[in-house]
Amino acid sequence: MFLTRRSALKTVAAATTLPLVGPALVRPARAQAPSIKIGVLNDLSGPYANTGGTTSVVCAKQALEDFGVATKGMNVEVISADHQNKPDLAVSITRQWFDRDGVDVLMDVPTSSVALALQSVAREKNKVYLNVGAASSALTGEQCSPNFISWCYDTYMLSKSTGGAMVKAGGDSWYFLTADYAFGKQLQDDTSKLVKAAGGKVLGSAPYPFPGTTDFSSFLVQAQSSGAKVLGLCNAGGDTVNSIKQAHEFGLNASMKIAALLMFINDVHALGLETAGGLSLTESFYWDLNEGTRAFTKRVLPKTPNNYPNMIHAGCYSATLHYLKTVADMGVAEAKKDGVATINRMKAMPVEDECFGKSKIREDGRNMVAAYLFEVKTAAESKGPWDYYKLKVTTPADEAWRPLADGHCPFIKA
Amino acid sequence: MIMIFGIPGPLLFGQLLLGLINGAFYAMLSLGLAVIFGMLNIINFAHGSLFMMGAFAAWMLLNYVGIGYFPALILAPLLVGIFGIVLEKTIISRLYKLDHLYGLLLTFGLALVIEGLFRNGYGSSGLPYRIPDILQGAVNLGFMYMPIYRGWVVVAALVVCISTWAIIEKTSLGATLRAATENAPLVQAFGVNVPRLITLTYGGGVALAAFAGVLAAPIYSVNPNMGTNFINTVFAVVVIGGMGSIMGSILTGFGLGVVEGLTKVFYPQASATVVFVVMVIVLLVRPRGLFGKAA
Repeated sequence: MFLTRRSALKTVAAATTLPLVGPALVRPARAQAPSIKIGVLNDLSGPYANTGGTTSVVCAKQALEDFGVATKGMNVEVISADHQNKPDLAVSITRQWFDRDGVDVLMDVPTSSVALALQSVAREKNKVYLNVGAASSALTGEQCSPNFISWCYDTYMLSKSTGGAMVKAGGDSWYFLTADYAFGKQLQDDTSKLVKAAGGKVLGSAPYPFPGTTDFSSFLVQAQSSGAKVLGLCNAGGDTVNSIKQAHEFGLNASMKIAALLMFINDVHALGLETAGGLSLTESFYWDLNEGTRAFTKRVLPKTPNNYPNMIHAGCYSATLHYLKTVADMGVAEAKKDGVATINRMKAMPVEDECFGKSKIREDGRNMVAAYLFEVKTAAESKGPWDYYKLKVTTPADEAWRPLADGHCPFIKA
Repeated sequence: MIMIFGIPGPLLFGQLLLGLINGAFYAMLSLGLAVIFGMLNIINFAHGSLFMMGAFAAWMLLNYVGIGYFPALILAPLLVGIFGIVLEKTIISRLYKLDHLYGLLLTFGLALVIEGLFRNGYGSSGLPYRIPDILQGAVNLGFMYMPIYRGWVVVAALVVCISTWAIIEKTSLGATLRAATENAPLVQAFGVNVPRLITLTYGGGVALAAFAGVLAAPIYSVNPNMGTNFINTVFAVVVIGGMGSIMGSILTGFGLGVVEGLTKVFYPQASATVVFVVMVIVLLVRPRGLFGKAA
């Protein structure tokens, strides 16, 4: 399936998922009890492959193991596909999953443009859509859906935690470097509102084409000449890594504060502590946060040895686990029948696991976990592999997220 | 402060300079492509992944063997060049008698395989590669803060580009090479081993890509996708410059870097497409490219 990376043909796209359904069809013995199928759809080969990718699939499968589906007599299968960050491709894979392959849950789906495109598909087919990877706060706002839950982060929470800390530290004028698509624009929008509300100013922004931009030097020089105190990076993955690296090269870190508004531990690893040391970032999970997160990491790490889990990976685990608990509670047949009913039951049940502790899911589909502001350790402070974060500020769950009324989620009013 | 089109002068000069730096990469990559196309008639779609391999070779030399940046600048192109020669000998050489399209499809497939292998082995987030100590730091040029390493890239690229051009256009080896492309049987009749010449040319073109890859390693993260990001633009550069024209691809590479840099100031959203707009215009007005010879 990697061979079709650049192919835009939907027919080819449809064909690529065929091998994934094959194994299910040749196992008639297990098809007797109604089975649950979870489809992890994410970027397996592109810029977001390390922040989601196969590690997300591994973590979802870990939930099956930890829940003990076999001992509970449940028949659950996790399949996966590469959406290549293309909304059209993602829609055709998802339709095939729902219509032909009997997939019950759509899981992960990073890249906000893709995540938004699938909102209507899941709603139309009345399936369960547990989004972990996409950041846009519109997913639980104006574009919300009763079939949908956003698991552990969004642009509002990121801008409030990281941006809020920056403003508090005196960063009152901002210049944004923004990936020019749904996610980047939403993150810039959410952060701008926060900066302005705190009495700060936004001096300008450079929306650059996504994907495909590797050189940020022009934008960085523009940012520098704007005279702003803070450079807000509204991008993710490899783009964030490259822009921070190049900001150092051009000496921006001396004259401006860099706010990496969305950055994962995998990005820190790619940058190296020499460059990343001292940066502030927000995640809702860190592998070395507490007993639970360490125990979880110890279990999954052998299956994904070169890539430690970040909040998306942990989110895939947590979401799958909570879904399985819900299914066990309401019965497989009931859960398969009605996506909205399953989501409502998930919202009604308290969430608890090792990765995020206890949380509850709000009616607009927002899972309310706590947000942690971390500072990246310097090379001298780091004591072992992936020992990267120092916890600075914890924003409790009831303060971390956009208030329900400000989201303007249409189905809440109805 | 001087204002040019509503943009402060210093900012504009800065962007021109940055454009030249990016242009240096375009020039080096399109040069290799032009040499390979000019001599072998192969549209080498694997060029981007060979560029990526150059960067990875530098990273591996440093992390596995402890060999630093400057030796890697020679060694990495050599290693990747040898890999190119093996590719040419075993696979690509079988397609010379067929239409261009077959070569394009084959090298495209090779590119996907190579990238896939590296992604499998090293992930997609990229690996850090430090700027060598001697090239660390930056100078204040008054209108902008210029990293020393970027200046070095432009100088190194210019030297490599001009030497390549000189070898092909001004030496007897280059003359033989050009003659061999014009009429291989005749040159072979003079006692020149044409297949070996072609193999070495491919190796040379690949080494150029790898050299650019080593130069790029400290600027961008060493990443399996790094070639893909460049290759489309570089193909446009080759088309604009004129397929197979050596000087054309060098000048167009630098020129388009500048055009792209200026677009980033006036309308950043279009910076990824401007090169292709130029390509369309050039193809409409002058289908053989700016520096291409009439067929």
